[in-house]
Amino acid sequence: MSLFFSQLFNGLTTGLLLALISTGLTIIYGTLGVINFAHGALFVVGGYAGYTVYGLTDSFVLALAGGSAVALACGLVMERGLMRKFYSRPPEDQILVTFGLSIILIEIIRGIYGGVSLSVSPPEWGMGIARIGSLIYPMYRLETLAIAAVTLLVLYFILYRTSLGLVVRAGIEDAQMVDALGINIKRAFLVVFGLGAMAAGFAGVVNSPIVALTPDMGFRYLVESFVVVVIGGVGSFPGAIVGGIIAGEILSLTAMVNPQYSDVMLFVAMALVLVFRPQGLMGQEGRE
Amino acid sequence: MKDNKTLGHALQTPVKRRSVLKAGAAGVAGGLLMPGAARVALADDKKPLGAWPAGAEGDSIVLGLTVDLTGPYSAQGAAQQRGYELAVEHINNGDPILKEISPDLKKGVLGKPLKIVSADAETKPNTGVQSATRFIHDDKAMMISGSTSSAVAIALEKVCNREHTPYFTAISGSNETTGVDCQRYGFRPCYFAYMACKAVAPVAAKELGKNRKAAYLTPDYTYGHTTTQSMKEFTEKEGWTTVTNQVHPLGAKDYSSYLINIANTDADVLVCVAYGADAANAIKQAKQFGLLDKMKVVVPYSSAYIEEEVGADLMAGVILAQGFWWTMQDKYPQAKHFVEAYQKKFKGMPRDSSFYAYLAVMVWAAAVERAGGLYPPDVIKSLESGAVLNLATGPFSIRPEDHQGIVNFPVMRGKKKADMKNPDDYYEIIQIVEGKDVLPDLGVLGCKLGDYV
Repeated sequence: MSLFFSQLFNGLTTGLLLALISTGLTIIYGTLGVINFAHGALFVVGGYAGYTVYGLTDSFVLALAGGSAVALACGLVMERGLMRKFYSRPPEDQILVTFGLSIILIEIIRGIYGGVSLSVSPPEWGMGIARIGSLIYPMYRLETLAIAAVTLLVLYFILYRTSLGLVVRAGIEDAQMVDALGINIKRAFLVVFGLGAMAAGFAGVVNSPIVALTPDMGFRYLVESFVVVVIGGVGSFPGAIVGGIIAGEILSLTAMVNPQYSDVMLFVAMALVLVFRPQGLMGQEGRE
Repeated sequence: MKDNKTLGHALQTPVKRRSVLKAGAAGVAGGLLMPGAARVALADDKKPLGAWPAGAEGDSIVLGLTVDLTGPYSAQGAAQQRGYELAVEHINNGDPILKEISPDLKKGVLGKPLKIVSADAETKPNTGVQSATRFIHDDKAMMISGSTSSAVAIALEKVCNREHTPYFTAISGSNETTGVDCQRYGFRPCYFAYMACKAVAPVAAKELGKNRKAAYLTPDYTYGHTTTQSMKEFTEKEGWTTVTNQVHPLGAKDYSSYLINIANTDADVLVCVAYGADAANAIKQAKQFGLLDKMKVVVPYSSAYIEEEVGADLMAGVILAQGFWWTMQDKYPQAKHFVEAYQKKFKGMPRDSSFYAYLAVMVWAAAVERAGGLYPPDVIKSLESGAVLNLATGPFSIRPEDHQGIVNFPVMRGKKKADMKNPDDYYEIIQIVEGKDVLPDLGVLGCKLGDYV
């Protein structure tokens, strides 16, 4: 029984981390309607940039800022240079262009850092081990619970409780009309895309002390983020959290019974959601 | 294994159709353009096979390399690329090192320089197969080499067998590569799971004690399953018991739930079968979950650069096998020459990935010189002659019955940081294992080689 509770708890922390990782995808998908296949690559860019800043300054907080800033810059350049020409194009074009961008970003990373994986140690306040009953749990993973919760709250507030979010969502409905009202809709789109990229980069730094950094790691996180977003509901912030926790619990609890099936069960859950509630658990029906 | 079969089956149909078309086109073109060659071929009763005879008639001889430059094993693939480049440079320049390796080796191969064509196999079987097919048909490659994942290696040896072109793995750990999936045109110079486990198990039992309880982390494909199977077999002979086996997907990032499962048992040894970045991730996270405070780590088949990825702190005391380690130069003068040549051309110390790539080219080149030509069945028979080469791991030969390399390799222990004499001094060699002592008996792994033509 104690194994069950251990895995249940692990599912929760893994889940919130997954929710944090998928926020960048949710932001861009939910507001701009663009399926950003470069999400995983931006996550990796953030992780590596954070690694460099951490190495130079020895401060994890600065690493978080640096990783986010570099991903933000990438996002802004991507939006200005390419993405704004693709808002009105069909989704498959958007997928192709973002996928191509992700290959370029990942190979640049590989060119700079090489293919040998890199190790980031947790910050001082994240070192050590926590004992919860019989469960031994890394301190840093516990703290990511709080980091993820706070970050999700802040992003939710920016996107849904400020005029920026309102403008963007109106712009998606009818960009011309919003423009005619004297609102700079192009800039709002730029800000949102940059925000999504920044969230991906931030998550990349938060995640880096947990796993070894490799240029290819982004793809797996991209897939997991998609599962989270699909289960939770496109563009829904509470949905991303619910989807993340469900995904985390599935991975963790299936692994307890038979680790070989944990990945499979994740996709089974996604398929079931798509069959019975295509808009996702918390998504709104008919939303693009 | 089941996945592997299905994949192989899925790959076969399109490749077959394309190669038939291309072979047909090549035959027509060959007949029109090279009447002389066609006559010779008829006179010798040798039909065109693979890229032969076209590939033997140019000013240079082409080697087709399928290296994983992206994907979970990209670090190993890049190291292989360096090994191939070094070998080709040595052969094309007629480096004095050649004479030490084998009296058969000369400047060039059959007097011609070697030329490399290479492509990224992406750690994916179908990408590797496409590249190899292109090399043989378009570039007239006379030899194909390269792999880190056994899933890729097995797919490549099957396609090269159909195309009658000698194929050499770089790294391939699965028992099946020279076992049930062995091919007449496929060769594995490197050590593999069975050899590694047979060598590591007694050393681990001596170092860590009998009656140990082992927990396994196994990547979910042919390499992982066969390695775990072999390691269980040999450690259980030493009195160990297997407590749990956590099978995870290749390229998994988060090992928390597997590690919690392991923590819930009374296992005291963690056998990490994961390879490349997966192994680095698994060991790092095992430390975070406090497992390394009560468990010892054994890595039966470790990847190049794992020590850099994991760091000396966590590698201290880990028992592992690796295909080559630079301190083998204390025993073999050849290793010293290889390390020096590598350091001169590239920075840093060579790892087994580079060594095995280098080895593959040398073995093939010596066989071609002995055969006196590039007709594929003659080259294969020459490779099966049991000729001995002297390389960085000592004497090397190929077992003719299953095309497995009889190669020596070190079993080592990770050094404490304080004991390292220089930044590359990660390991203490416990024993250099003689390849012939740990080979499986013939027939144990079910190898049946096919026909030459």
